[in-house]
Amino acid sequence: MSNGNGRLRSAGGQIAPRLAAIGLLLLAWWATTATGLLSESVLPSPGAVLSAFAESFATPDPPRESILQATQASLVRLVVGLTVGIVVGTAIGLAMAASAFVQRSIGGLMAGLQALPSIAWLPLAILWFGLSERAILFVVIIAAIPAMAIASASSIRLVPPLLVRAGRTLGARSWVLQRRVILPAAVPGYVAGLQSAWALSWRALMAGELISTGGKGLGHLLDANRQVFLVSRIFAVMLMIIIVGMVVEALFGVLERRIGNRRGLLVAA
Amino acid sequence: MRTEPALVSVPEGRADATKLAASGVSKTFRNARGEVVSALGEVDLSIRDGEFVCLIGPSGCGKTTLLNLFAGLDRPDTGEIAMDGKPVTGPGPDRAVLFQEPALFPWLSVRSNVEFALELIGVPRAERTERAMDWLRRVHLGRFANAQPHELSGGMRSRAALARALACQPQVLLADEPFAALDAQTREILQRELQEVWSETRNTFVFVTHNVREAVFLADRVVLMSAPPGRLVAEHRITAPRPREYEDVLLSKVVVDIHDHLLKEVEKVVEREREIA
Repeated sequence: MSNGNGRLRSAGGQIAPRLAAIGLLLLAWWATTATGLLSESVLPSPGAVLSAFAESFATPDPPRESILQATQASLVRLVVGLTVGIVVGTAIGLAMAASAFVQRSIGGLMAGLQALPSIAWLPLAILWFGLSERAILFVVIIAAIPAMAIASASSIRLVPPLLVRAGRTLGARSWVLQRRVILPAAVPGYVAGLQSAWALSWRALMAGELISTGGKGLGHLLDANRQVFLVSRIFAVMLMIIIVGMVVEALFGVLERRIGNRRGLLVAA
Repeated sequence: MRTEPALVSVPEGRADATKLAASGVSKTFRNARGEVVSALGEVDLSIRDGEFVCLIGPSGCGKTTLLNLFAGLDRPDTGEIAMDGKPVTGPGPDRAVLFQEPALFPWLSVRSNVEFALELIGVPRAERTERAMDWLRRVHLGRFANAQPHELSGGMRSRAALARALACQPQVLLADEPFAALDAQTREILQRELQEVWSETRNTFVFVTHNVREAVFLADRVVLMSAPPGRLVAEHRITAPRPREYEDVLLSKVVVDIHDHLLKEVEKVVEREREIA
């Protein structure tokens, strides 16, 4: 009982500061717009953004698509691109973990690529694939690959040697040792890699959609609203991007907590 | 190596076959500065089938190194390790190892840890659960079979590791200070339990410790190793009947003897460290 109470209290302790920060921000925002110094076309009021957000679910008119359709289009691209990026990145990471030579050669390359913002690939992607779906997907994939490769390689390298030795003395060898001891032990590090890969891919996707105009998606919607000076709708789309981000992060939080509880790892709030 | 006379009673003349043998075994390592350090001088040691041998010695004397060589986790630089006369080339489930930490797999429940070990030696699925539960009950963990390892206390984790090792019915058990991290009381309880379980199974047992009392309480033979590079300098046969009691006066006398000897070896190490410093 006391445990449940404690958990409730700590959950409250975590949520209260966030709510306070959001409240303060809204208050400052509202106060700024209420002075009337800035016009609605520069900084709309929180109320105007909220009603624009509500409208954008229904109105397909100026930008041709509702915010839900745009969200759906973006999520489909994310899932496709991220899946390919995860598969390729994991394969490279496994090769890096398996071979010191691959680690030094490809691993060094991956570390370098990670320093390159993936949107920097877009001009090249447009030249290769045209202003198309494929150019955007390329940027989403390339954003995930280095993060996944580095995370999966290091999560395997950081498996406690004691567990590997224990597995070997119990009779686990080669493939069985890899699959039943090393991979499960690497899971927490790998999930952390997934988390950063998703965030990088999502940003790359938004930037890609924003730049390669036309078509569908939240990034396109941002740009479409800019072209017709609908500032409150720009804010509404930004709000949607944030909401998607928060939902995905919350799902990762659940996954992390589940793994952490099972293994007795400390999970940061 | 000189053999101390039997101190407690006449040794039983069990001239059994040698189970484990190290002959002319030595091992060197490179330290962080790239210097070659001798971890184990030339060691010859034969262990009879069903014998309980404790290795004691000052830290750095190569007790753990020797154990890892028996386990097949390391290869000797010179000499040979053999089990039943055949050279040991790698680790295997016929030689179970208890590490300094319990080394349970944190993603598996206590019972699944044991079942996984049984799966690896080819026990059919239908028998695994029953056999795992049987061993967990023997180490008094029946009620915690479905717990995750991190939910157990240190002593319970050590018991779970013991159950996992014994469930595979290994021919040899190799233990590297398995109780070193536990408090004195828990340690004593586990030593009693180990004695009990071992009295039934009678596996060949090589047990590394730096605790003389533990060694004398458990072993048929206590082998003392020298200051590094480790060599075998003395051995004491403990022939007191089991179950043994901690309060046994005769055992205490042996403990004092070995303790004095061990202290001399530790002093050598300390002197050498002072010379370097």
